[in-house]
Parts: sequence; C-alpha cells; structure tokens
Amino acid sequence: MTPLNIVLNILSIGIPFSVSLLLASLGEMFNQRAGIFNLGCEGIMSMGAFLGFICAYYFQNTALAPYVNLLGILAAGVAGALLGLLFALVTVTFHAPQGIAGIGLQMLGIGTAGTLFRHFVGGVTGIPGLPSYPIPLLSKIPFIGPVFFNMNMLAYLAFLLVPLSHYILFKTPWGLKVRAVGTSPRSADTMAINVQRTRYQALAVGGLFAGIAGAYLSLGQAKMFADDIVAGRGFIAVALVYFGGWSPYRILGGSLLFSIAQSLQLSIQVLGINFPYEFAVMFPYVLVIVVLAFTRSAAVKGPAALGQPYDREKRI
Amino acid sequence: MAPTHEKIRELRVEGITKRFPGIVACNSIDLTIGENEILALVGENGAGKTTLMNILMGLYQPDEGKIFINGRPVQFKGPADAFAAGIGMVHQHFMLVPNMTVAENIALGLKESHRYFRLDLPGVKKRIAEISERYKLPVQPDAYVWQLSVGEQQRVELIKTLCFGARFLILDEPTSALTPQETDELIALLKRMASDMSIIFISHKLAEVTALSDKVAILRQGSIVFKGTTAGQTAAGLAALMTGHEVVLPRNACIDGYGNDCLVVQDLYVKSDRGFFALDGVGFSVRSGEILGLAGVSGNGQKELADALAGLRRVEKGRISLMGVDLTNRSPREIIDAGLGYIPEDRINEGIVPSFSIKENLILKDVASPKFSRGAFIKSREEAQNAALLQQQFDIRCSSLNSMTGALSGGNIQKVILARELAREPKALIAVYPTRGLDMGAEEFIHTRLLELRAKGVAIFLISEELDELMNLCDRIAVIFKGKILDILTRREATRPTLGLLMAGIRQGAEKAAVEG
Amino acid sequence: MKTSTRVAYVSLVSCVAALAAVGIGAIVLVILGADVVQTYKVILTEPLKDLFGITEVLVRAVPLILVALGIAISFRAGILNIGAEGQIQMGIVSATAVALALPNVPKAILVPLVLLSGAAGGALWASIAGYLRAKLGVNEILSTVMLNYIAVQIYGYLLRGPMIDPAELQTGSGTPQSMRLPRSAWIDRIIPGTRLHWGIVLAVVLAILVYIFLWRTTSGFKLRAAGASAKAARYAGINVESSLLFAMVLAGAFAGLAGAVEVTAVHRRAIEGISSGYGFSGIVVALFGGLHPGGIIPAAAFFGVLLVGTDMTQRILSIPANMVSVLQGAVILSIISAKMLINDPYAMEKFERRFLHFKGQPVGQRAEDEESRKNEAKR
Repeated sequence: MTPLNIVLNILSIGIPFSVSLLLASLGEMFNQRAGIFNLGCEGIMSMGAFLGFICAYYFQNTALAPYVNLLGILAAGVAGALLGLLFALVTVTFHAPQGIAGIGLQMLGIGTAGTLFRHFVGGVTGIPGLPSYPIPLLSKIPFIGPVFFNMNMLAYLAFLLVPLSHYILFKTPWGLKVRAVGTSPRSADTMAINVQRTRYQALAVGGLFAGIAGAYLSLGQAKMFADDIVAGRGFIAVALVYFGGWSPYRILGGSLLFSIAQSLQLSIQVLGINFPYEFAVMFPYVLVIVVLAFTRSAAVKGPAALGQPYDREKRI
Repeated sequence: MAPTHEKIRELRVEGITKRFPGIVACNSIDLTIGENEILALVGENGAGKTTLMNILMGLYQPDEGKIFINGRPVQFKGPADAFAAGIGMVHQHFMLVPNMTVAENIALGLKESHRYFRLDLPGVKKRIAEISERYKLPVQPDAYVWQLSVGEQQRVELIKTLCFGARFLILDEPTSALTPQETDELIALLKRMASDMSIIFISHKLAEVTALSDKVAILRQGSIVFKGTTAGQTAAGLAALMTGHEVVLPRNACIDGYGNDCLVVQDLYVKSDRGFFALDGVGFSVRSGEILGLAGVSGNGQKELADALAGLRRVEKGRISLMGVDLTNRSPREIIDAGLGYIPEDRINEGIVPSFSIKENLILKDVASPKFSRGAFIKSREEAQNAALLQQQFDIRCSSLNSMTGALSGGNIQKVILARELAREPKALIAVYPTRGLDMGAEEFIHTRLLELRAKGVAIFLISEELDELMNLCDRIAVIFKGKILDILTRREATRPTLGLLMAGIRQGAEKAAVEG
Repeated sequence: MKTSTRVAYVSLVSCVAALAAVGIGAIVLVILGADVVQTYKVILTEPLKDLFGITEVLVRAVPLILVALGIAISFRAGILNIGAEGQIQMGIVSATAVALALPNVPKAILVPLVLLSGAAGGALWASIAGYLRAKLGVNEILSTVMLNYIAVQIYGYLLRGPMIDPAELQTGSGTPQSMRLPRSAWIDRIIPGTRLHWGIVLAVVLAILVYIFLWRTTSGFKLRAAGASAKAARYAGINVESSLLFAMVLAGAFAGLAGAVEVTAVHRRAIEGISSGYGFSGIVVALFGGLHPGGIIPAAAFFGVLLVGTDMTQRILSIPANMVSVLQGAVILSIISAKMLINDPYAMEKFERRFLHFKGQPVGQRAEDEESRKNEAKR
C-alpha cells in the first residue's frame, strides 16, 4: 500500500464514523447552549438506532419498501424529540439535577430499545441499510471523490447541518434566544423571552438530532441492531461539545479528528501490527478522557447558566 | 396584548397582594402615579419594593389585586404585555447577557426584529441610534456587554427600555453601583426625561429621594405606610417611617487606642478569572483596634483582594501577613488558624452551607478542633451547647437549631456567620459587604458588633460600597480603582465628594485622571 | 406550614411519582402486548413466594447495598460516581488474583485479605476519575462512564489472556474465566442449598459504619459540607479537592468490595458478566434510599425483588429481562423530579393554597395571622 492509499483508507473509514458523533454533538450543542446538560443522549441514540432498524426490518418486504429508511429516520427523529421533551419535563419544569437525570434517561432509552428488540426481533439480523448516493461529477474526482462524495444521505445531511447550525445559532432570532437563556435566563425573561419554552424547544431539537444520529448507526453504519450498538457514543458526543467549545465548526473538527484517530488505530491492526484487540476497542474511550483532561479550560467559556434550572419566582 | 401608543396619564394599582413561602411580600397595596410624575418608592431591603415592580412588569402574578392604566384594568401575563402597554424597567441587577453585543441584547426583546429566518440587526441599530440621539445617551451597539463599565451598562439598560417603547419608566435602585458623581448625572437625566414620561424610582437613599421625586410612597413589611408629596419631607422623617422606629446607626467615635500593625498587605499582585491583573500593587495595613474601610465601585478588584486574603486566589507577587506571620499563598485552613476571621460577600453560598443545620454551620470551621471533636468523632453535646450559647449571644431567630440554615432570613444568616467568626476570637476580621441587602435593624446589629470588636482590639478590614457605612464605622478609608489603592484618607479627610472623585479614578489635587489601561 | 399539609403534599407527590414510573414501564409493556397487571404482579410477588426466591433476592441485595453505600458517599460529597460497574470489575480482578496467588494462606487471613484487595482494586480505579476531577476539573460523569467501557475491555482481556483458567486452554473450549478460587478464600453460605451467604451481614454492618462515618465523624462532616456547598466549604478551610478524591476512593472501595464478595461468595471464579449491571442498579438504589444507609438497605431489598422478578418474567411470561433497566430509568427520573418538588417550598406553598382554598378557608386571613405571629415573636 502506498502512503496515499493508507491515508485515503483511513479517511474512508473515519469520515463515516464521524457522522453519528457529529449529529449527536450538534444536538447536544443546542441543549447546552440553552443551558441544559443532556447526558441522556446515549439513551436517545439507542432508541433512534432501534427505531431506524425496526422500520427497515418490518417494512422491507411491504409496499413501503422504497421508503423504509426514510420512515426509520423519521421515527427515530420523532422519538428522539419526544425523549428530549421528557428530559425537559424532568429538568426544566421539575428542576431535577441534570447529570443524574441524564443517567436515568440513558437507562430508560437503552432498556426500552433492548426490551423491544429482544421481543420483536430476538437475534442478530441484517438490513440493507442506507444506500450511498455518489454525487455526479464530484464523486469522479480521483482519490478524493470516492471518500467525500460517495456517502449516504444522512452523512451529507450531517455535514450540511454544520453551517446551518452555525447560522441558526448566530443569525436567527431563535438562536439568539437559545444563547440568551443558556447564559442569563433571568435577563432573557425580563425581555419577554419564554425561558422554559425555549429550553423545551432546544431539548426537542437536541433529541431530534440524537435520534437521527442513532438511526445512522443502525441504518448507515452497522446495518443491524444490537443492545450495545451506541457503545458510549452518546457520552463521547457530550465530551466533543466541550472539546468543540460549543461551536458547530469546532465540533465538526473534533468529531473528524476523533473518528480519524479511531480509524487510524483500526488501520494499524489491518497493517498487521499485533496487539490485543481489547486495547483497540478501548482506545476511543481513553482518548475521550485524555481530551477532557486537556480541554477543561474550555469549560470556563461555556454557557454561563449551564446546568442551572430557572424559576422566575425564586428571588435572587 | 396589542401595543398601544397611548400616553399613560395614570397608572393605578389596587389591593395588590403577593405571597412567597413564609412571607407576604406585598400586602394589599394601593398606589397611583400621574402623568409626568416621579414617584419615589422607598423602603428597607425586603420591604417588597422590587416584588411590587416585578408585578407591574408582569414577571410575577399578583395573588390578589388589579392594575389600571388610564382607568382601564389591564392584566400582564408576562413582560411582553407590560412592554406593549408602554411600561419599562431598569432592574437593580442589570438584565443584560454579558457575552452578547449591545445590539443583540436589545434585539432579544425587540420582537419586530425577529424575522422568520433572520435577525434584523441593522434595524435594531437604527432604532438604538434614534433613541441615543433623542435622549443624549451615547452607546456603541457593537460592543460586548462584558466590556462595558457599570455606568455604560446602565445606559444600555435605559436605551433598551426606551427602544421597547417605554412611556413609563421603573428604575430599581439605579444608583446602588454608581459613584456619587455618576449619581448626580443620572438624577439630572431623569429630571429631563420626566418631561416626557412618568417614572417610579426605587431607592433607600433618602437624599436622592428628596432631590428627585415629586411624590413619595413608603413600604414597610409589604404594606404602604406613607403616601404624600416629597416637598416638606426630611430624610430623618422618612427614615423613621421606613423602619417604623428610630434607628440611629452607631458611629465610630475614633478614640485612638490603636495597637501595632496587625494585617499587613504589601505590593499585592493578583490575577482575575479572565487572566489580567485585577490587583496591581495593592498595599495597606490595618492596626489592631482599627477599622480600615475599602471604598470603590464594585468590580475594581475588591473581590480578588478578598479572595486573596482568604487564601482562595493565588498571589502572583507581594505579601500578606497577620501579626508578623507570613500568610501569602497559604491554604485557607492555615489562614483561619492564624486568626483571620472572614465574612464573605455571598452569605448564602460562601458563608454557610445552606442545607446544613444552624448547629452544624456554627462549627463549620472548627469541627476538627479539640473543642468539638474527640479523635475522629464529633462531640455532639458540645456542638449543641455551642449553638445554644451563640444563639443567645447573637439573637439568632429560628424555630430550631436543627433546622436548615438556608431557610433563615438574610439578617439571621449573617448573624450565624458573625457568631461563628466572632466566637473564634479572631485577631483580624475581613468583612466583605457585610450589610448588603439587609434591613436597618440587622445593619444596626452588625455595625454595633463590629465596633465592639474594634474596641476589643481586633483589626477590621471592611469592604463596602455604601459610603455612609464606611464613614460611620471606619477610622481610615482606602479607595480602590482599577486594582490600585488611589489613596488612604483619615476619617476627617474622607468627605463624600473627595471619596466620589477617588472612586471615579480622579486623584485629588491633580487634574490628571489616574486611569490606566 | 402545618404538618398535615406537608404530609398530604409529600404523599401526593410520591404517589404521582410512583405512578409515573409504573406508567412508563406500562407503556413499554403495552407495546410488547403483555398483560401489564399480570407482569407487575409476577415481578413483585413471584420472587417472594418461596425460600429460594427470597434468598435470591437477598443475594442480589448484597452487592446493591455495598455499591449504593459507596455511591451515597460520593453523591453526598458532590461527585457523581457512575463508574461503579467498572470499579466492581476491578475489584473482582484484584480479589481473584490475590486469592489465586495465596491458596495456602489460612481462611481467617485470606478472606479479609481478598476482600481488602478487592476494595483496593475498586478504589484505585475510581481514584483515576477522582484525581481528574479534583486536579483537572474533568466532569466525573463522563470520565467514570468512559472508565466503565475501558474496564470491560481490561476485564475481558485478562480473562481471555493472562488470567484464563489453564484447563480452558487444554480442553480448547477457551471460555473466558479464571481458575476456581481456593476454598480458603470462600465466603460461606448461610443456608445450605441456597446461595445466601455471610456477605449480607458484612453489608449491613458496613451500612451502620457508613452512617456513623457520615454523621458522627469530623471527616464525614467535612465531606458532606464540601458536597453540599463547595464554595462555603472552601471559605471554611475545608480542602474540597481532597474531599472529592477521598469520597471517590471510598466509593470505589465499596464497589470493589461488592465485586470481591460476589466472586468469593457466589461465583467463586471470575467470569464474564458478574457485575451484571449492579453498578447502575446501585445508583438507583442509592437515590431510592435517599442517599442514606437506613434507606439503602430496604431499597436494595426492593430492587433485589425487581431484579429477580424481571428474570422470572423472562422465564414465565417471556418478557425480556432488559425490562428492569426500563423500570430503573423511569424510577430515577421520577425520584429526582419528586425530590425537587418535595423540597421546593414554592411548589408546596402553591399546593397548600389550592388545598386550603379547596377547603374554603380564606387564604388572606391565614397569611395575616402568620404575619402578626411573626411580629409578635420579634417583639
């Protein structure tokens, strides 16, 4: 293999890896920009992955067959948004501590997905999954084309969402509101911004993204479902939001860096350098800890009201 | 509610009542404000002024009572309704989002700038320019709020309210963070604006009230105890009405009985959270039996100085010592053990553990001392006895010493802190804004205790932004500006105008402003 | 506030919360097409029908108590330890290694030694997250979750590699498990024919010790102060960072001990899946028990019933045992919501006003009474 081939090989594995992380992180970014720390992302992704899978699995031999993937993505997104709203009920309305609420949502999501999967499917079953759509002309560019312009529609969507999220956050009234309620909810309230509603909306959007991120895992990446399909990606996505300093472009950078590092390690295995595969599997998790240890200074720059519930009638 | 542009000729509230757990914040309040009137709403902290205004802004819903504009009943479900009716408020704690620009902050509340997929910032800036022109309030729309001084932020607040279409202005303690000179400017501005609109002005500074207002209303424990024209009222008369009884705050007689230098700070350099030097070569010394005050507009390094003295912020350069013992960059524990008492700024979050019982909070600093522990175990009996004794000595009012400290009133929490600190018999005491937000009864109590402590020969370093408090209590007053002590004045030299100039960064005698950076 | 009102309020909130948790579970059961009432009945009553069921519940309760005690300590100290799962596995590994290395040491010495080394293994693993939080400000939830994933891999690697039973290699079956522990390392069973073991006594004794530690000792006081208000603790001269680390080490030790007890008393060799979610269930038990040892013991028994009960539904009604995770998640969300409501004087005041209003008592009157009473007290 030439060095160029190795690099392209790493990229062609790494870039698809980054899609689910990117989607989930962008969603989590909206949550945190609005002041809510949603660790339940993992559970939402799990539900998303299951729903994506089950739609494709159930309807693949029916008249709906051409639309199963779309249906799966839709179901995953809606379920994700609903779980986001459940999280909003617990943390925004009832003011429950967000960290532990996230763990609760994680258990609920993984448990529900696992229970339903065991009951309706049972064992490992493959699905066709999302096809790739090569972009005319661009995909024909040597070397780069097949890597960047021959992906499935969710991957394109994820990368499109990066500039779009930036625009939403900084150029639209809703983005302004989200940033305000995450930094200084009381100020926002005195300016007639409905803090609770804005936070509910942000959590619904975050849940939507996380649900679709989950659907990407089952439909786009693994083309199957398993109990542990998310394997901590929800938590990694939360870490990437810190690493990316709550900014969409830097989150994109973070998820690419992370996935490429992961595929690098896979490539090393392919190259025949021998070490126990358990260590390869644990590599991304170690990487997260290392990354967190070195980005703590970024936490100072985070949304000022992150993690704090707001109640208008509680006096300062 | 559709916005109207009708002039507000009369705003009337009738029978407004609002309850919070344990207290009635507003009790059946009736008030009327006419066209182009300035009403001063006066009362002690906790009298219900801010609650009443938050009801006028639609932030709180009254439990009972009605609001009328021009004789018609209105109901405000939220601030949007109040804006639409033409009412605007400048809150005591500025309601600005620090990491957004001035224009973005104003756009947040300006609904007509909210297009579907775009924020109309140019339109907002145009509106700002108009208002700023009409009222002679200069402002930079692209500056981030965190970059602005307190005075500038207040200007932004005013412009913001006017941009929202306010024809009726409420100002909640607008002078609390201003220097005396800035206060005078604001009063002049408000007088100009009164030709255009009606104003409610909340204050507990009676000199301002008599200078500015046409009418005055006094609130005490949630009820109106006085309504009338300002003309003819004296500050002393208003004070008596405000507190319900004669409160004469104790004064330092300044009888010289000073000992040696006790708490000495030399050439101190300390960084702020943002990484620049918040203290830039600060030095002073407090003698035993002396109260040294530190005046200054907040945000000029007071917080960092207090943190450094408590051992909670790294000293980059310089020295702190207590009775000759070097305490620079020592741990809080070592500093406490050396005999430094401390009354922190944020009494609920820094002074006590809110969820702990009063008993526990009273031994927070000493739980491991031989007095309260045997081996690894706490001596419960001593803990209880200590609490009972201090409760009596410091008149801590609570249903039980086992109840949660966070549920006490501000004054009682401060008494718990004071009791704990004084019981430790400190050699020196740092008091950071010790009476902020307390009623006059509690203030009197704390002032008396501080003077008693001074008489016992304790060195006291008092950080405050209330000039009256400093001038009543201190033997000498240092003034801090942008991390430097500009001057240390004796009681005789420290007049309101001289302190005011120093707080604004202007050294007396010299015309040159001591503004750096 | 009248006591009767408070009682009414607290019981109403608790009932609604319980209903919400049961309701979420019911939604999933309805989707499965199961008989909701029947399923709950099986979960809650089937385990208690015979001695075997009851002892199994208690066997599950032992690690739950131990893990929850550690989690209660860490939560009280202000550090959210989600890493018990990994800490249990590290405890199993250390306990197994020591037991296998010293087969000839007498039981009276070996059993305590094995348990202590299990605790040490868990403590060491937890101290990584504690250190990262105390020194570098790394969010402990994220780091402990990551450490869980890492621990699973290390555990698997050790059981498939260095610690595998040589017999497995000889027969070639290669099941990832360690050698059987020497009898001198075993914790004995209390009732022959069941798996109920003396670990339960250990767990109860430790619960009492944890109570004494948290509420009767100076270090427990400091630890709770640092957790309840880190700022105030700092001003009071308490070293919050070392308190966090200390709490994390203790929490890890308890989880590690739970692992050691499981391996020496129940399985007697390290196999995959011993921890079987006790780390996460322990969080639920700790919260359900109000982060108090006195509440944790009954809570552990209750969740022991749930764990055994969902196993039984799988066998009897063929409803997947993952159902327990659904219930646990729902319970967490309901408990923390209910707790906030119960401790919220504003919410209670609103409730009281409606409650009293409903009874037709004029509200203003009461508030004024209170006011005048207060004024009287002042005079």
